[in-house]
Amino acid sequence: MAEGEPPTPGEARKSSKKRKNVRDPDATETAKRLKRGPAVNLKSITDKKLKGKLRRAEAVFNSSRKKAIQVNEWLLPATAGTLEAEGIERTWKFKQEDIVQAVDVTAARKVFDLSLPELGPYKLSFTRNGRFMLLGGSLGHLAIMDWQRAHLVCEVQVREAVRDVVFLHNETFFAAAQKKYVYVYDKRGLEVHCLQDHTLVNALDFLPHHFLLTSIGEYGVLRYQDTSTGHIVAQHKTHLGPCSVMRHNPYNGVIMLGHARGCVTMWTPNLTTAAVKMLCHTGPVNALAVDPSGTYMATAGMDSQIKVWDVRMLRPMHTYYSHAPVTSMDISQRGLLAVGYGRKLQIWQDALRNKAKSPYLNHNLPGVMEAFRFCPYEDVLGIGHSAGISTILVPGAGEPNFDSFVANPFQTVKARQHQEVAALLDKLQPDSIVLDPDIIGRVRKEPADVARQRREEEAAANTARLVAMRREAEAKDKMKGKNKPSRRHRKKQNNIIEDRKPAIKERQKEEAARRKEAAEKNETAIPKDAPRAVRRFYK
Amino acid sequence: MKVKVISRSEEDYTRERTSDLRKVQRNYDPLLHQFEKAKEYTRALNAAKLNRIFAKPFLAALQHDDGVTCLARNPKLVNSIVAGSADGDIRIWDIPRERTLRRLVGHTGAVKGISFAPDGETCVSASTDATVKLWKVPYAPFEAGVVQDDAEAVFEFQGKNAFRGIDHHWDRSTFATAGVAVDIWDHSRSEPIQTFTWGSDTVTSVRFNPAEPDVFASTGSDRAITLYDLRQATPLRKMVMQTRSNALAWNPMEPFNFTAANEDCCLYTFDMRKLGSALCVHKDFVSAVMDVDYSPTGREFVAGSYDRSLRIFSVSGGHSREVYTTKRMQRVFAVRFSGDATYVFSGSDDMNVRCWKAKASEQLGIRLPREKHKQAYNDALLERYKHMPEVKRIVRHRHLPAAIYKAAKMRRTVVESDKRKLQRRIEHSAPGSIVVQTERKKKILAQVE
Repeated sequence: MAEGEPPTPGEARKSSKKRKNVRDPDATETAKRLKRGPAVNLKSITDKKLKGKLRRAEAVFNSSRKKAIQVNEWLLPATAGTLEAEGIERTWKFKQEDIVQAVDVTAARKVFDLSLPELGPYKLSFTRNGRFMLLGGSLGHLAIMDWQRAHLVCEVQVREAVRDVVFLHNETFFAAAQKKYVYVYDKRGLEVHCLQDHTLVNALDFLPHHFLLTSIGEYGVLRYQDTSTGHIVAQHKTHLGPCSVMRHNPYNGVIMLGHARGCVTMWTPNLTTAAVKMLCHTGPVNALAVDPSGTYMATAGMDSQIKVWDVRMLRPMHTYYSHAPVTSMDISQRGLLAVGYGRKLQIWQDALRNKAKSPYLNHNLPGVMEAFRFCPYEDVLGIGHSAGISTILVPGAGEPNFDSFVANPFQTVKARQHQEVAALLDKLQPDSIVLDPDIIGRVRKEPADVARQRREEEAAANTARLVAMRREAEAKDKMKGKNKPSRRHRKKQNNIIEDRKPAIKERQKEEAARRKEAAEKNETAIPKDAPRAVRRFYK
Repeated sequence: MKVKVISRSEEDYTRERTSDLRKVQRNYDPLLHQFEKAKEYTRALNAAKLNRIFAKPFLAALQHDDGVTCLARNPKLVNSIVAGSADGDIRIWDIPRERTLRRLVGHTGAVKGISFAPDGETCVSASTDATVKLWKVPYAPFEAGVVQDDAEAVFEFQGKNAFRGIDHHWDRSTFATAGVAVDIWDHSRSEPIQTFTWGSDTVTSVRFNPAEPDVFASTGSDRAITLYDLRQATPLRKMVMQTRSNALAWNPMEPFNFTAANEDCCLYTFDMRKLGSALCVHKDFVSAVMDVDYSPTGREFVAGSYDRSLRIFSVSGGHSREVYTTKRMQRVFAVRFSGDATYVFSGSDDMNVRCWKAKASEQLGIRLPREKHKQAYNDALLERYKHMPEVKRIVRHRHLPAAIYKAAKMRRTVVESDKRKLQRRIEHSAPGSIVVQTERKKKILAQVE
């Protein structure tokens, strides 16, 4: 066939078939997630109106899902980062310097080392859009910086021990767990609140959709405070001693604590006891991390083990053995697991769903590591250590395409204000936090069915109880004294024939029916011409 | 090595000048949008609460000199309504400016019915002084201020007895009056061209079918609803119920269905082809239902009752979706839906015609596309979550005057105890000996041809 000729229809069909098979694995994953569960089974519905309504609803849903799949496949501006080793190279041998040299200037500028050795090991926190970084040094140094543009927003020295820092709903407020209480600061560094209810706090966390600030500390009391209204929503005594490992599960909003006994407990504001208590390690739990889809949880204990659990089924999946106990862990938006021991940092790719054989990246730090966090929507990991703050490039860690209505790294002031108002209007109530968020809006069985079932169960339980009692009474030895008070009482209890009532009624009915039948039969048995005086002999 | 890292250039994601559009990125991956269901439920709850906060349905009260007995809607104009009162006074109202355009003087008895001719410029009114008058209805002038002018009837039709109701045909220049019997008149004749009688009872209201040009129905004091055909000399069929129907309205979108407002506090929707059983029984009033009118959409209707309230029902709904009451509003005798299905008018005993919104929390006037979209989204949310108990409680909640509340409670206890007793009777008697009639057939006594 000549070059200039258009392809014949058969060839065109073949080429279009080929095009269909080539699909990005990420896109198929997203398409599966966009399905959001199985469709309604329309065949089992007999009500025509309802069936028609549901059919229309399913059609609308399918068309919008197809559009979303198309948008996500073709219209997203960026792709995820990758790091590939060629030939005999292995990715874990690559150093940060090599990676920084191989990438463009904008990405290379994101890697820096802030040397702050005097003010103690640093803890850090990122805003939800990854634009601002909050540093908290243990000797009282608090600072917010726009880390990508190397711009310092505010800096304050509180001259007190600071144990943990966290941003609230955006960069305008942050909370710092200081020596005795928790303080809330403005983005200018001014102290706005002193939360005196939270005492000796070791770890802080913020639930963005519920506007809940949570804290856990030396007293082992988990406190939820609503930062929009200022009320303490719940206080739970864990009764498991001091705790300093706390993470929230972004999928369902439950708080996970790691205790010194080796158990991990999961808490919601509604229940005064832990919703889930799992024994994870034989020594204290050192670090905890959850992936953003809320499927996997990684725990690290003093027994030098890293265990990966399926959080929805509460089942262990894999166990990794590390050479030293892990001090901190984090999971990125795309499921990369970062594990830190002392001065060494390891990043594992695809270590959650499958068991990974070797790490993805290695890094050595200038100081002893305190905490690290992946920056959302960026391929960067921010590390706080005893010598200051460092950032490293981790290709493929962050979600490349953000949604402006969820989190926008290029947010203007007006957009931030609008988003704050929208978030407050959509604020979820704390009693909607449950282990399975899918049950919200689900219809339970009809009350009539449930009530009938409950009644039947109650009747069965009642019968069983009375039968057991009667059996026990009958089995007892006949004693000498026939009129003892206890015997009289027992007789009285046994005389209650409530469980026999339906049985007796049944028998009565059967008797009546039988008698009726017999009467009819008798009537027909008597011959018609027999005189009345003789009839009784025929019965 | 091959490395690729996320690096975004600020120009791609921000705008250069303030006159440019802001750039919006979308990613529909559900991982980025957590708590979808909980957020939707919260929004539905907020929408329900906002609807209750903004539910201010009452708009205006237009005053008469005596109790208002009938209302009529102009088929060609949306902004005016004609109301007739018990002293024979008929007023044409300019609703946006809340002023009387014309006072049609002439009747000496209570005006029992008004109806418009299809051209929208003529209307006929029937009164208890045994006359039917034909009037010319002018358009509303543009200048503001008091315009009221008195006008005389163009033509007068003399009848033998007091009239109880009137309905003009939607296409021809004939109209039907209800009184001792059903009379069919023509604009050009001074005597009725046809008369229909069946029995010796009064006919209280008459309505033409909106699609069939020759079919109409009437309600009478013999507790019956009768169907007629103009092409035949005698009525077609009569359906007798247990209690009398006060008014009747045909569904404009499903012209074979009509709803009758009954004395037993219920409204019954029938299919005229199958009068043996009602399609739906609408129950929520506590006293006799006086008038009923359908919305032009054919999906809902408004009914006014002797218990000082008016309710809006959906066509297939057994209970009302909305109830309007005011301390000042006494017995409601006439109700009408406006031509654009946005407003509802009620004429009552306290000499006022009241204008209400059909949807109590609707924002009237010109709305921005964003506002319309938000309202549509809120409505869709409420539709999806209306079964959830918290949402249902808020959506259903209406404040009722003490008298109506107590009367409704009493009726509920009576109905429940009757039901309980019936169930026990069935349980303790021979199976099949007690025949339970469905609600839809219970009140129908007989059909006669």
